Amino acid sequence: MTDILMPALSPTMEEGILAKWHVKVGDTVSAGDVIAEIETDKATMEVEAVDEGTIEAILIEAGTEGVKVNTPIARLAGEGGSAAPAPQKAAEPAKAEAPKAEVAPVAAPAPVSAPAASSGARVAASPLARRLAEINKLDLKLLKGTGPHGRVIKRDIEEALKTGVGKAGSAPAAAAASEPRKVQSLEQLGIAPGSYDLVPLDGMRKVIARRLTDSFRDIPHFPLTIDIEIDNLLAARAKINTALESQGVKVSVNDIVIKAVALALKQVPEANASFTPEGIAMHHNADIAMAVAIDGGLITPIIRKAETKSLAQIAKETKDLAGRARDRKLKPEEFQGGTFSVSNLGMFGIKQFASIINEPQGCILSVGAGEQRPVVKGGQLAVATVMTVTLTCDHRVVDGSIGAKYITALKDLLQDPIKMLA
Amino acid sequence: MSYDLVVIGSGPGGYEGAIRASQNGLKVAIVEREALGGICLNWGCIPAKALLKSAEVYDKLHHLEDYGLSASNPGYDFEKVIQRSRGVTKTMSGGVAYLMKKNKIDVIEGSAVLEPGKDSPKVVVTLKAGGTQTVEAKNVMLAVGARAREIPAIGAVSDGERIWTYRNALAPKSQPKSLIIIGSGAIGIEFASFYQALGTEVTVVEAMDRILPVEDHEVSAEALKAFKKRGINFRVGAKVTKIEKPAKGVAVHVEVAGKSEVLTAEGCIVAVGIVANTDGIGLEKLGVVMDRGHVKNDSHGKTNVKGLYAIGDCAGPPWLAHKASHEAVHAADYMAGRKLSNLNPPIPGCTYATPEVASVGITEQAAKEQKLDVKIGRFPFRANGRAVASSETLGFVKVIFEKKTGALLGAHMIGANVTEMVQGFCLAITMEATEEDLQGTVFPHPTMSEAILEASLDADGRVINT
Repeated sequence: MTDILMPALSPTMEEGILAKWHVKVGDTVSAGDVIAEIETDKATMEVEAVDEGTIEAILIEAGTEGVKVNTPIARLAGEGGSAAPAPQKAAEPAKAEAPKAEVAPVAAPAPVSAPAASSGARVAASPLARRLAEINKLDLKLLKGTGPHGRVIKRDIEEALKTGVGKAGSAPAAAAASEPRKVQSLEQLGIAPGSYDLVPLDGMRKVIARRLTDSFRDIPHFPLTIDIEIDNLLAARAKINTALESQGVKVSVNDIVIKAVALALKQVPEANASFTPEGIAMHHNADIAMAVAIDGGLITPIIRKAETKSLAQIAKETKDLAGRARDRKLKPEEFQGGTFSVSNLGMFGIKQFASIINEPQGCILSVGAGEQRPVVKGGQLAVATVMTVTLTCDHRVVDGSIGAKYITALKDLLQDPIKMLA
Repeated sequence: MSYDLVVIGSGPGGYEGAIRASQNGLKVAIVEREALGGICLNWGCIPAKALLKSAEVYDKLHHLEDYGLSASNPGYDFEKVIQRSRGVTKTMSGGVAYLMKKNKIDVIEGSAVLEPGKDSPKVVVTLKAGGTQTVEAKNVMLAVGARAREIPAIGAVSDGERIWTYRNALAPKSQPKSLIIIGSGAIGIEFASFYQALGTEVTVVEAMDRILPVEDHEVSAEALKAFKKRGINFRVGAKVTKIEKPAKGVAVHVEVAGKSEVLTAEGCIVAVGIVANTDGIGLEKLGVVMDRGHVKNDSHGKTNVKGLYAIGDCAGPPWLAHKASHEAVHAADYMAGRKLSNLNPPIPGCTYATPEVASVGITEQAAKEQKLDVKIGRFPFRANGRAVASSETLGFVKVIFEKKTGALLGAHMIGANVTEMVQGFCLAITMEATEEDLQGTVFPHPTMSEAILEASLDADGRVINT
């Protein structure tokens, strides 16, 4: 008899939604069979069976949220182990909770996992931990308790103060269960019940809500906007695409923007930085996260070390990543850990917008549509293709002058793309 | 026979660790060279408490008039008092034998020596019954304890006749008319309390500037007053330079404030600390890292040698049975891969004299040294109804909180029953209580424990009953 445990899909994952079971009690599975789907903040992943055997019990029902990593989710009766149990018998105890064996096993190296996410708002914490959290303005909900039954104790507070986790209002390192802000109900605000459909919040929506609320509220941010003439860029792009046609690769304006963004970060490394309580993290590589709209939200897959890659390479990667993002097939490491973000709404004709900082990155670039506009050149009115970009800066990391220096460097590269070869 | 764990020493650390390991599904053996239960059950905590109970009851007989009672010619039979104590240890040791059997732990009677092994040291036992047995186990837990420290340079060495350690003092052939006790820690004070209660003329010699030096200074002062009142003599700040054995009795040379003095008595007890039983068991050959005579271990009891754990007295202070049990049980859970709560509870200390002394956490002096900003509450038992009704008004409760956080840092008590009361503070500190929790708890009335509530209130200047 083996317990199948809730897997960690990424190093930082602590809990997830058991979205769907592909097997039922009594089914025989062999290694590699897809048995369930797990949904985390951003991705849906399939869980494969590692051993072969018969599903003896489903311990966590489909649709259960906040399932902690390593919680037993199902029990597998091994071949030659206890014969396949009568389904109805096994189905009985298959409630979401208490996957505890009736008889205490004698040899028990199995870690006793903490009970699944508590539903109530009250966080288990020692009196002293509560007091210390109050004094230090920490949000107990964001802390991981290491005391009995996951209770937050003094040591956890000291640890949080050391690492900077849990500052009230800060984004938790991992997707801890921070609840959305309490708001008045729609009814209280005068919207009649029945006059709308309620779409339940899925994991991604919750993360978007929480992360962006935290970011917008807690990060002192400011936008810098500049116009960029892209006629040269468009001409260059046409030539490049002709050259790459045989390879079947098509470079988009956005691909060139990504490359220029990365090269400009090498010129102004102060903009490739993250704020931490210990200091400013100056990133070695320009890992460019690109916002991709997907069904039900958005995700930011990352072009790693974009400064080192050719346009063809970037074009191939963005195509592949965007496609898999839409299918929700990205691996966590493909969308976690960028150093700078690019969001492009040009294809919708948006002229100008200012994105919200994507923590912990110091900047995000919002790219508008390239359009023909009247410009003044040497006192004469002329027509040029102009694209307006806005850099949103985290003022804790990037001051106005640095932001200006960066966006000017970017403009210089995009207006005269041949400089990207330098 | 191969085991998952072999425990060396069956004191309160070793035998409890063995039971927990067995509960965790490990195959366990325990090696004991003398008697199951170790010093605690046979030559320490338990027999001493049996003697002290006799002394306490006898002492009460002299204060019957406090209760409106009388009895004619209260007396005692020293031999029977000792016999009773030995009987208690026999019962308790038998209990350990039963527990070993119940938990399917193999008891190997003999002396163990460790030898280098592959994944863990090999244990070679010279059997009591003759011959040797080599025991192999995945893990070895050293629970070999400690013994009384003797100081040959000044003649502080037990001869079993006139110069005793605790062992001799627990089962003497006869009651000495006079005794000098060197050292006023818990052991010294308990023997002083026992022998004085039965009429022995007792003088306690302490090198530090106060008795019970690990306790809070206010407790030390109150204890000195109380014991002096009972008739115990003290030489505090007195350095013993020599113990001589004249024709009869002992002559203890001491230096107090630069002056020499010779104290004489029928016998003396050396109670100046302990040494770990780490010699002659092969630790040098294994390369075990030591720390001031004790085996160095980590928070899970692991030593630097693979597969070797050390717990209890042999692994460092405080040298208390409950500390050994806690460490051993934790180590047994750790080696079985059990989830550990990882609490780091404070170790309480008790002295079972009359009056009793109990404490947990830090003293006021320690708080000062650590530059902690504290608030302190006190409550005397003379203002406590139950204490007055029981004619047990001596002593007080003192409690120390951190000012900013309200964290309970320490509690110090002297008086009747305080050794049974201190657990409330232990639980409170372990659960990280603040002053509010103690102040908001309902204590049963009338009990002496209400002094805990009142002392906690006093820390905020809100005491009710003084």
